[in-house]
Amino acid sequence: MNLDTLHGSKKLDNSATEAKTSRIALVGQPNTGKSTLFNLLTGLNQHVGNWPGKTVEQKQGFFTLGDRKINLIDLPGTYSLTANSPEEIITREFILREEPDVVVAVVSAATLERSLYLVAELIALPTPLVIALNMVDVAEHEGLRVEADVLQAAIGVPVVPITATRAKGISDLLKVVMQTLEGKIISAARLPEIRADHRQALKEVISIISGSVPSPYPTDWAALKLLEGDAEITNMMQSCLPDGKWEAVHDVLREHDDAMLAVASGRYEWVVRMVRAAVARPRPGQISLTERLDRWATHPISGPIILAGVLGIVFWLTFTVGAPLQSWLEEQVVVRLADLTSSAQGSFPAWISSLLVEGVIGGVGSVLTFLPILAIFFAAFGFLEDVGYMARAAFVMDNLMHLMGLHGRSFLPLFLGFGCNVPSVLGTRVIDSRQARFLTILIAPFMPCTARMAVVAFLAPAFFGSYATLVALGLVALSLLVLMLSGIFLNLVIFKGQRSAFIMEMPLYTLPNWRTIGMLVWQRGLSFVQKAGSTILVLSIIVWALSRLPDGNLETSYLAGFGKLVEPIGQYMGLDWRLMVALLASFVAKENAIATLGVVFGNASEATLAQTLATTFSPASGLAFLTASMLFIPCAATVAVIRQETGSWRWTFLNLGLMLFVALVVSSVVYSIANLLVI
Amino acid sequence: MERYTPLSLTQLKAGEKAAFINLVGGRGIAGRLTSLGFTPGVEITMTQNSGTGPLIVMLRGARVALGRREAQKIMVQREQS
Repeated sequence: MNLDTLHGSKKLDNSATEAKTSRIALVGQPNTGKSTLFNLLTGLNQHVGNWPGKTVEQKQGFFTLGDRKINLIDLPGTYSLTANSPEEIITREFILREEPDVVVAVVSAATLERSLYLVAELIALPTPLVIALNMVDVAEHEGLRVEADVLQAAIGVPVVPITATRAKGISDLLKVVMQTLEGKIISAARLPEIRADHRQALKEVISIISGSVPSPYPTDWAALKLLEGDAEITNMMQSCLPDGKWEAVHDVLREHDDAMLAVASGRYEWVVRMVRAAVARPRPGQISLTERLDRWATHPISGPIILAGVLGIVFWLTFTVGAPLQSWLEEQVVVRLADLTSSAQGSFPAWISSLLVEGVIGGVGSVLTFLPILAIFFAAFGFLEDVGYMARAAFVMDNLMHLMGLHGRSFLPLFLGFGCNVPSVLGTRVIDSRQARFLTILIAPFMPCTARMAVVAFLAPAFFGSYATLVALGLVALSLLVLMLSGIFLNLVIFKGQRSAFIMEMPLYTLPNWRTIGMLVWQRGLSFVQKAGSTILVLSIIVWALSRLPDGNLETSYLAGFGKLVEPIGQYMGLDWRLMVALLASFVAKENAIATLGVVFGNASEATLAQTLATTFSPASGLAFLTASMLFIPCAATVAVIRQETGSWRWTFLNLGLMLFVALVVSSVVYSIANLLVI
Repeated sequence: MERYTPLSLTQLKAGEKAAFINLVGGRGIAGRLTSLGFTPGVEITMTQNSGTGPLIVMLRGARVALGRREAQKIMVQREQS
């Protein structure tokens, strides 16, 4: 069977097919190459969304296998099936409730012992199981040879060796999946047992709860989860056991408070038996590539230097490739589209043309011009994750992040914010705990992005002459200080000073898989255009309307009226209504502040505008305005992705409120201090 | 028979091996650690410990990074080299 023929016939024709649809669930621990296999099987024929009510990504796709249509569901990567995280609950609930036809467990040959632990859990569930033994090539590099047929005989479940990055062994895997679907393979799985000293306790729990376990949970499985101290199953059983029985279960559990270790030890004893049978070490004792690279990459001195170099390259790429592409798109597509619309002016009223040019095309344009930068950041991000460097960067930055109750994983997403806050917020998906992720999202927009720095670069020389660079650096330092203080404050207030534990697998370094990286760029880009795009468009039209209505003149518009209304607040920062309007308009895109000032100051050319401003306003007002622009509420695109990633307007408004408050307070303070110093 | 005193994982130097005994005061992280393979008796090799900040250990053929606070809760018994 050839993969190309599989892809060739992937038509999604719902009406005409009479082919049977089978559901296959893909399960595996993180870093086992599960996504690579998923992308290989489904190609572009996949859909990315969220699991209902969760912020966990849900991916599914379709392909055809013989006369069957296959619905492949990529379940979240998890180390076990105990309720430690939403991912684990989603995975086991899906397998138990949705009853897929086959579960394919992806296991890494390079970390066989650890990755078989999940199999030890899956094998106890009623769904037929096929094991895909991935990364056989990586394992051989590490001096490990795994004999798949021995493993298969030992576990009693089909094991197929594959190398997903090079599309090897996939047709064999699909053949075995097909045979399992057709019921031609009868597995005789050998199940792990609880450690001997707890067998009696398990028997007792089973006998108490049997008959009372709600479907679809198997009784033996529920008993094991009770002994493991699984919070979900404990709550469920407590509420559905008849009077007296829960107390009996509770007594057994209290007597065996180390039962969790006994259950896990039992599984690992099973795993070790399997590994001992199937793994040969032809070249023992060699120092692996990963170990050699890690001596540098995680070293307390060379580690941060390497990280700085890697980040330097990412930004160099952004500015040499992304920025020109961005301005090319701006000139070739956005400006031309606007010209085209303006030239067709005669055919419809002026306000429609203005709506189209400034509202719609302006909004679409900002979505479009974001794309090159986003694509480069996602590609860089995907690359670093895929080769295994991401975990090292997190390791190196862990100490610094602790100050804010975060850990190393938050560093890279935050750092991306220097380029643009949008990929920064989207990049928080690499953070494993929900609390750390939301905290990172809340503070990420304080990172001084390039658009804000452009405003500073435009105004600072006119106001501060030769001190401009110093002022710019000071503003960056101030933003970072505000970011850290907000992090510490939010962590204390919202998350009660909890610190998420830093426990992270350090995967082996591997060669990058371009398909995986390409798919990531494609999916993230697409979801940005689809979801954030519509929000940005709406917000941009609203701001357009406010700046035009009622009579088409900015100076007399609602926006200006609002600027005059809030002028009293502006006084504390030394800002008049014109600067306030510029600040408000920066909501659509940060660099809009300059364009708006241009309009308010009678369409002054860019060259003279900065001078005009410097003569109109005092340096203290100028500094306060720049401070406010740095800390003011994020741009519409960032707001849209905050909403998308947190799945809640409450968190989004919390961020807006926080930034608005901080911007007003800090720039008022800056204004007062600047005035004192000057006088 | 020789008696060993349990020590915290943070006290191991790079290259040293030890056997996992138990967790002290780490209820919140117990589930995650056990699924990563921290079960009684398992051999842990310290691969990176610079004295401050996080450290890296090797167990069950895989590398795991741990924050210092988490590592402090892991009690081990040094193995004779």
